[in-house]
Formats: sequence, C-alpha cells, structure tokens
Amino acid sequence: MPIEYYIYLAVILFSIGVTGVLTRRNAIVVFMCIELMLNAVNLLMVAFSKLHHAKALVSDAATTTGSEAQIFVFFIMVVAAAEVSVGLAIIVMMYRNVYNVDINFLNRLKN
Amino acid sequence: MLKLTYLIPLFPFAGFLLAGLLRNRLSKSAVGLIGCSTVFVAFIISLFVFFDVLKGKSGTLTLFNFIEVDKLVIPFAYQIDQLSSIFLLIITGVGFLIHVYSTAYMHEESSDHYARYFSYLNLFVFSMLLLVMGANYVIMFIGWEGVGLCSYLLIGYWFKNTEYNNAAKKAFVMNRIGDLGFLIAVFWMIAQFGTTTFTDIFAQLPGGASTAVLTGITLCLFIGATGKSAQIPLYTWLPDAMAGPTPVSALIHAATMVTAGIYMIARSNLLYALAPISMHVVAITGLVTAILAATIALKQNDIKKVLAYSTVSQLGYMFLGLGVGAFTGAVFHVMTHAFFKALLFLGAGSVIHAMHHQQDLRFYGGLKKHLPITHITMLIGCLAIAGIPPLSGFFSKDEILIHAFASNPVYYVVGLGGALLTAFYMFRLYAMTFLGSERNDGHHAPHESPKAITYVLVILAVLSAVGGFAGIPELFAQNAHKLKNFLAPVFERSAPLLASHEHPSHTTEWMLLGVSTALILAIIVWTNRSYSRYQKTDAEQQGISKLLANKWYVDELYNGIIAKPLLALGGFLGTVVEKSGIDKAVNGVGKLVSYSSRQLRLVQSGNVANYVLIMVVAIILIIRLVFYIRY
Repeated sequence: MPIEYYIYLAVILFSIGVTGVLTRRNAIVVFMCIELMLNAVNLLMVAFSKLHHAKALVSDAATTTGSEAQIFVFFIMVVAAAEVSVGLAIIVMMYRNVYNVDINFLNRLKN
Repeated sequence: MLKLTYLIPLFPFAGFLLAGLLRNRLSKSAVGLIGCSTVFVAFIISLFVFFDVLKGKSGTLTLFNFIEVDKLVIPFAYQIDQLSSIFLLIITGVGFLIHVYSTAYMHEESSDHYARYFSYLNLFVFSMLLLVMGANYVIMFIGWEGVGLCSYLLIGYWFKNTEYNNAAKKAFVMNRIGDLGFLIAVFWMIAQFGTTTFTDIFAQLPGGASTAVLTGITLCLFIGATGKSAQIPLYTWLPDAMAGPTPVSALIHAATMVTAGIYMIARSNLLYALAPISMHVVAITGLVTAILAATIALKQNDIKKVLAYSTVSQLGYMFLGLGVGAFTGAVFHVMTHAFFKALLFLGAGSVIHAMHHQQDLRFYGGLKKHLPITHITMLIGCLAIAGIPPLSGFFSKDEILIHAFASNPVYYVVGLGGALLTAFYMFRLYAMTFLGSERNDGHHAPHESPKAITYVLVILAVLSAVGGFAGIPELFAQNAHKLKNFLAPVFERSAPLLASHEHPSHTTEWMLLGVSTALILAIIVWTNRSYSRYQKTDAEQQGISKLLANKWYVDELYNGIIAKPLLALGGFLGTVVEKSGIDKAVNGVGKLVSYSSRQLRLVQSGNVANYVLIMVVAIILIIRLVFYIRY
C-alpha cells in the first residue's frame, strides 16, 4: 500500500482526537480522544519505519536499518497503558469528590 | 646600595599601615616612635644612595611589570639618579624633622587621632617618594595622586569643622583638574612614543615627535604642575590648605606636594627644551604668580596665610627658573626653599602654640623676649627667604634671577620687584610678631615651646643658613657650584638646546647683585622700623589695600564664573531634567508594565478547555511559521 494512505488515516484519526478534546466535556471521552491522537502518531511511526526498512532492504538483504521504530511503538504503548491507569484514577477521584466527570468543573487552576 | 632603594618608600608605608591599623591599641609615644623612625630609616638609606650616586652609581631598579598590554609595557621601576637622590634627601630629611616636630605639636590630640595623623603623614611621605623615584610617568602619577589624596586627608584632619572640610575638598578638586592634564599628557606620550619610561622617551628625542606635539604634551604636563604646585590659575587651594595642622602645612609647602610640579618639569627637561612655547608659558605663568601672590601676602593678617602666599610666590620663582632654562637653579631653590619654608612654618607653629592657637598677626607683638629660640630661628628664616647673603635664599634666588636676566631683562625687573615684596611681607610678619608692644589680650603668658620643637627649628635654621653653599655662583669662586656639577648629567641633553642666551658679564652680574641686595636691605630696615610701631586700628581698609586684603577677589571671581554657573546648571538638571525627564521616563516604564500585566491577567480564566484550545491554536501557528520560514 502506498504511504499516503497511512498518512491520511493518521491525519484523520489525529484530527478526530483534537476535535474531541476541544469540543467534548465528558472527561472520559476527552481521555479517549487523547488516546486516539497517541495511536494516530504510533500508526504514522510504524508506517514510516516500514518504508525506511523496505528502502534499506533493496541494497542489503540482511539489514535491520529503519526497523527500530517498531520497537519504540511498543514502549509508547506501555507508557500509554501506565498513563491510562493514572488518568482513570484521577477521573475516579474527581467523580468521588464532585459526583461528575464534566471537565468544566476543573476550573480551579485560576487560583 | 641601589638594590636596597626599594626599602626607601617601603618603610614609611609600613609605618602608615602600623599606625593606621593599630591606632586604637598603640600609645602616643609608640605611634610617634614608629612615625619618626620609619622616615628616619628612609633618610639613612637615602643618604647611602646619595653617596653612591655621588660616586657615579646611578641606575634603574625594576621590581615587576606593572602593566603589560600588547607592546606597551610599564614596569614598576625606580630611577635613582642625581635628581631623584637630591629630592629623596629633601623629602626624607625635612620630612623626618617635621615628624619629630609633630610629636610635640600634636600632643593635645587623643591617641587614636594622633595615630591617624601620623599614619597620614607617613603615607604622604611614601607617596612623595614614589613620585620622585618612579622611572616612568605612570609610577610618578601614582605618587602624584597619592600626595593629592594625603593633602586632602590632612587638610581635613579636623573633620568636625565644616570650613576645614571645604578647604580639603577645594584642594582635592583643584588638584584633580590639574591631574587630568597630567593624565592626558601620559596618554599622549603612550600614543606618540609607545612608552612612558623617561629614558626611553628621551632616547627618541629629538626627532621622535614634532614640536607641535611636544608643545601639546608639555602644556598638558604643565597644567598638572599648576594644580600640584599651586600656580595660576589653580593656586587658590594652597592658602586654604592652612586649615590643616601647622606641621602639615610645613610638609606640604617644604618637603612634599608642591615641589612635585617642579620635579616633574625638571625631570622632563628635554621635552620642555624642545618646546620653546611651553618654556615661555611656564616662565610667564611663574612670574605672574610670583608677583600676584606676593602682593596678596602684603595685606594678610593670618600668619599662616602670609607664609602660604609666600610659598605660592616662591614656587612662581621656581617656575620662572624652569621657564628660562635654569633647571639647576629651580632645583636649588626647591632645596633651599624646603629648608627655610619648613623653618618658617614650624616657627609659626611654635608661635601659634605659644599664643594658644591665636593666628592673627595683629594680636602678636613683642614676643621676642618670650620665645628667644623661635625668634632667632625665624629671623634667620626671614633673612634667608628675603635673599640676604650669605644665607641660602640669596644664592638660589640670585641664580634664577640672573638666568631670567639673560633670557629677558623684563623678567629680571619684575622678578626683582617680587623679591622686594617678599622682603617686605616677611619682615612685616617678623616685626608684627616679635617686635613692638605686646598686643596679646589673653590671660596666659606666652611660653617657649618644648625641646622637640626648638631643636628642629635650630637644625632647620642651620640648614637655611648654610644650605646655599651647595651652589656658590662662579662669580665668587671658580667651579664652586657643586649642585650644578652634580646635576649636570640629568640636564646634559637639554643644556645645548638652551645655550642660546648670553650669560651676562661679571660686571653686570656684580651690579645686579649689588643693586638687588641693597634694595632688599633698605626694604627690610624700613619695614622693621614702621611695623615695630604697629598699633591695632579698627579702620576699614581702603582702595588697593582692600583689594589686596581680599586677595584680588580671585576666589569670588572663580565662584562667580565657575562655581555658580555649575551650581545653576546642576540645579536645572536636578529639578527640571531629572524630575520631569528621567523620573517620568523611568516611572512610565514601570506603569506600562503594571498596566499591561493587569490586562494580560484576564487571559488566565482557569478553564482547562480554554487552555487546551489556546495550546492547539498556538502549535498550529508555530508549525505554520516554521514552514513559512523554511520554505
């Protein structure tokens, strides 16, 4: 498949994520949108990695050049999983305190 | 012995540190001992150095490199030759006597002030030694500034008196004006010759610089000399410097400070010899100062003021001597003047001491029988300064006047007029103090001073009497001018450049001597007769007397044309420019910042969604900007 398809898909996913973060008020939805953006970037990274690797293979059949990002993505996923657990814990704490998950309640940064 | 010369300034400096730092711990006698002994050791070393130089062992001693920038190297070096060794003897010798005198004179001070006084006195001697020993203009300048500082400290020694503080400030400011000229000359010399070392500069002459450049440099140096040596137009600080204790006046007038200008010009003799215009300026300034100061001295009633103006006048003679090329004569006069002026000031101090700090001549009179030693020594001092043979002043003044005659008879006539005025005001001082009836209305009888004072006076009187024999003119004996032979190497390169003047024949010289001596004697006799009958009157001074008593209104003139406009300008800048200009601008900046931050604060709503929106928009903008710049 041409690289453009991956790029379009990643851009669409990222834009949906941004729009969701900007427009939705439910903290859980906002959180899901953030994950969406993260995965859009992951997708793009894997796609470019594959592209590079394919180019390197032409000159040298045994090379691993360009395949590092495939590993990075796993790290990013692991960190994202950790982040999700922290984020959800915050949201749970928020619900316990204000009985709501509307992010407009989070306007205390002013003071 | 040359290797030990670095000790000469070091000892007084050590004395300054000791007395200054331990002023609260040391007793008065310990401080006096430190002060006197350090200068005395310096004097002993100077004596050895002098005898070495007499044997022809002069040279330069480089201690370390003081400034090193690219090609410009200014070493911290001492130059020991005939000229500096003479000055070393004068400074340490007379300085030592003044230190001894001070131990008695300043006895009433509390011990920490006493120590402060001696530490300043030692620092003064140290600075002056640095000035005359420096082998280049920069080291000389360090000493030059040092004596300015010390004169300020000592004139303002009684710092609780506002008037004294003002006198100290005046001295400092006047000196600073002169120092600027000196500094410009030093920079000019660096630009022109690439060095400030005397020998290196003189080696490049003649030919190293055009006459115009040399004239500029020498005139700038001369501005420095007018400040330090109290010549027109910067002389007014010296009479005000009487605010300091009397031994300080003696030190400033005799051993240190005011002779610095003479030394500097004598040291730069080759530069001056190659710049005839500067020589004329020096001679005329000296002559005018000599006459002006002498006329002012005629009508002063403060004993120290009379002596102060007399110093200004004598310094004028020295500059006249330098200006007409009589470098030896000028240095000779510095030496004899150091003796008799120190004597006169210390004698005046003794009188003031005896009269319980009364300084007004009108309240003296008839002190001859109360102060026998002071009286005799002062009489010798007066005769010496008036120029009565065979006392020292006669020889040195005569040498300058003869050279002035050879250069231009007008100089001689005016100079002789000044000498007559000198005789007049000195014997007016003498007669009003020691002769006539007692006009002292105090209850205490005057008493002779302690031994530390009288011994010093006697030593100085002997020196004033015989000091002149170092320079007996050829008129009296062939080759008897020892000082001239001694100093000849210093001036040997400038001498041929100045030899154009015909030396007057012996007959003329005899005649000039006879006329001047006879006139001076007549003046002395007449003054003594008229002023020994002096009675106090309350009559207001009129006409020319009033003009002279008010010092030609020079202070008022300076006040009017310099101080007042400057103050007005300062007031204008302070009230108008500062208040409505600078202050408004500065406050405006502050107000702008606080106003804009008050407005900017509203952006911080506290709403997370808003922040995220702003963040996203900003990131998009930045990415656009980066693309815009790169492609």
